[in-house]
Amino acid sequence: MIPITHFLGLAAVLFGLGLIGVLLRRNVLIVLMSVELMLNAANLTLITFARAHGQSHGQGFAFFVMALAAAEAAVGLAIVVAVFRSRRTVHVDEINLMKK
Amino acid sequence: MYEKTYPYLFWIPLLPLIGAAVNLLVGRKLSRRAVHVIGCGTVGLACLVVLAAFWSHLYPLWKAAHHAGGEAAPALTQTVWDWIVAGDVSIKLGLWFDPLTAVMTFAVTFVGFLIHVYSTGYMSHDRDYARFFGYLNLFTGAMLMLVMGDNLVVLFVGWEGVGVCSYLLIGFWYDKDGTEKAGDANATAGKKAFIVNRIGDFSFILGMFVLFFFTGTLNINDLSHNVDKLMLTWDAFGLGTVTVAGTAAILLLMGATGKSAQVPLYVWLPDAMAGPTPVSALIHAATMVTAGVYMVARLNFVYMLSPTAMGVVALVGAFTALFAATIGFAQNDIKKVLAYSTISQLGYMFLAVGVGAYAAGIFHLFTHAFFKACLFLCAGSVIHAMSGKQDIQGMGGLRKLMPHTHWTFLFSTLAISGIPLFSGFFSKDEILWKAIAQGNPAWPAWFPTLLYVLGMLGAFCTAFYMFRLYYLTFSGESRADAETQKHIHESPASMTAPLIVLAVGAAVLGFVGLPGVIAHGEYNFFHHWLAPVVERGAAITAGQAAVGGANAMAHNSGLEWGLMAFSVVVALIAWLAMARKLYLGGYSAQVERLVAKMPRLHRLVFNKYYVDEIYGVLVVHPLKWLARLLSDAFDKFLIDFVIVNGAARIVDISGTILRSLQNGNIQRYALYLVAGVAVIVFHFAGPRVEIQVKPGPQVQVGETVDFEARVPGDTTNHQFQWDFDGDGKWDTTWQSHPNARFSFDKKQHYRVKVRVRDTRYNRVEIGAASLEVR
Repeated sequence: MIPITHFLGLAAVLFGLGLIGVLLRRNVLIVLMSVELMLNAANLTLITFARAHGQSHGQGFAFFVMALAAAEAAVGLAIVVAVFRSRRTVHVDEINLMKK
Repeated sequence: MYEKTYPYLFWIPLLPLIGAAVNLLVGRKLSRRAVHVIGCGTVGLACLVVLAAFWSHLYPLWKAAHHAGGEAAPALTQTVWDWIVAGDVSIKLGLWFDPLTAVMTFAVTFVGFLIHVYSTGYMSHDRDYARFFGYLNLFTGAMLMLVMGDNLVVLFVGWEGVGVCSYLLIGFWYDKDGTEKAGDANATAGKKAFIVNRIGDFSFILGMFVLFFFTGTLNINDLSHNVDKLMLTWDAFGLGTVTVAGTAAILLLMGATGKSAQVPLYVWLPDAMAGPTPVSALIHAATMVTAGVYMVARLNFVYMLSPTAMGVVALVGAFTALFAATIGFAQNDIKKVLAYSTISQLGYMFLAVGVGAYAAGIFHLFTHAFFKACLFLCAGSVIHAMSGKQDIQGMGGLRKLMPHTHWTFLFSTLAISGIPLFSGFFSKDEILWKAIAQGNPAWPAWFPTLLYVLGMLGAFCTAFYMFRLYYLTFSGESRADAETQKHIHESPASMTAPLIVLAVGAAVLGFVGLPGVIAHGEYNFFHHWLAPVVERGAAITAGQAAVGGANAMAHNSGLEWGLMAFSVVVALIAWLAMARKLYLGGYSAQVERLVAKMPRLHRLVFNKYYVDEIYGVLVVHPLKWLARLLSDAFDKFLIDFVIVNGAARIVDISGTILRSLQNGNIQRYALYLVAGVAVIVFHFAGPRVEIQVKPGPQVQVGETVDFEARVPGDTTNHQFQWDFDGDGKWDTTWQSHPNARFSFDKKQHYRVKVRVRDTRYNRVEIGAASLEVR
């Protein structure tokens, strides 16, 4: 049997990659993809613990996260498209109106 | 018994206050005619209410009381409302109308009305017509509150009210002719009056505190029923055997010296001449400045209880009477002479109330209101004719050009100088007689004589400087320049009519108080009228202290006649032998010779004994220095710089710092978010194993100590391993229960550790605890 720490380690690595992508990449599409990566890392952790405890709560929760991730991707991409239409760019450095 | 409520009393002070409200609030939009109809009308109506209250109610009451021969004072009263109610303290807005109040209210409203009428002419070209009448009305209302209040709090409201109006009216021309300098001087004079008065008022407040502290009331009638409490001393506080009455009397007197321009607080009044002349006549001659005299007469029972305080009052009065009169010798401003004359005359009133001759003091107050108002208004008429010039060196020869002003001025001068049959003669002579004939057994024997001599010298000076003023202004040929001479004219009827009324009053009013030597005082109506009020003090204080009264000389009618003749001779010498000789037709050569003979004395008097300069060095400059210090160190630095601007600067700086965080870059925000989460996780993800030690963190050598490792949740899958002596080696094997037991053999500090393993995840956490073995 694969020890639980391996699953957790993989989840941590995936989460870290996602985080780095969110923080460092400038393309909004990549940022959104990185967010998906982080969500799935969390899913993996949930499922791992669910299995370790022999309970199904975590797995149910993972389904919710997937549904939410899908919704988030839809809304996020819609925003990206809208932003691109008005500003002709998807570069986060250039989308900085929030400081005004 | 002889008191009665009279529901219309409140109209007396209210009417002028209504006039003030209308003129000050909407006066700018009213026509001049409407303004002065309201201004004069409200005061005139108040005067009618006074007369109605007097004639239809107070006089019958007084007559009944008089025939009953009792000491009960007739009075009309009205409680308008409960003003301050707090616990046991109840201060009512109560009005009180007794013989003394009647005299005061009549003088205020009647003379006030005439001066209002005069102002319609005098101020007719002024830009701020409505403001002027508003202030005058406000003043009249405040003064009426002062004299009608039945307790010291209401009196004090009026007291402060007239002070404020005085300030407003002295500085009335704060921007005179658009020349800032003259306006500044006027504003400064107003401030000076206000501040000097405040110094007195502070003392007045202290006096009220003392009275209230010991008697628990400030109602004048109630105070008079608390004589035993007023005779308490400060002994209980280890402060000597001075009585409450004495302390309060002196403190209140200090307030009175401010308001009534007595030594040492008289300095504001000469400067107050910066105001328009009707103001000088109304406020600084006829009414407000008499408030101190009124207060002493009203609280006569307090003063009667303290012979020392009485002596101080009398001495202050007598000294002021002489001191101010001598300054009048060398002044060249027509209004300044009259100002010092006013101070001097008020001195006589204080002298009178100080020797216990309250009726005489109020009598002089009453006649003085007429002749001094008349003199001031004449001066105003002269100034009006002289195109605003006030220096008597440039006057002269006005007798033919201004006949009405001339003879009214002459009548008043005769009155103030004490020429027989004019009003001032009767009132001043009564004061001088009482000064010597009515003393206090507690005083040294020479004291009444001293008072008399001071008063007599003052009377001599008065006659001299008044006739000097008269001759220099009216006699001979005009010394004015041609341009001014061309414009000299008699004033309009609105100004001369009040002059005539006042001059007639100045001439004949003395007959209401014929000297006591005639028919044993049968015809001293004024004295009889006031007797119920002012003799009450003597009655209720009898047996409490060495109360003043007539001394051996009082019944020597030959002496009284003799002194009367003496004072007439003195006045005539000052007039005919001196003033007339030196100043008839202008300055004679003798004047110059006299001045040249004693240049130093002349300079000293001309500069008013340098009192203003001395005060400047002793009081004003140190005070200004202190004020500047406080302003710089406390206000500007601490408040403005450190607290107010400091707070703004902190916000500003922290804003600058925090602004760099909010740069609009969404990934930067995400970074803060991650950092925040990391901090929270780090904080809560610390060691979760705790060690519980029994019996406690301090144990003896060899004592058995129980340890229990505590972890959250159930411990079924946990294993524990212990290191008791902190050497880094685990002292036990993995065990499945959290308890352990150990005993230490060395006195030292131990750090006990435990590690806990969760067998499901193979996770290990470490906990530690400190232990002191002794």
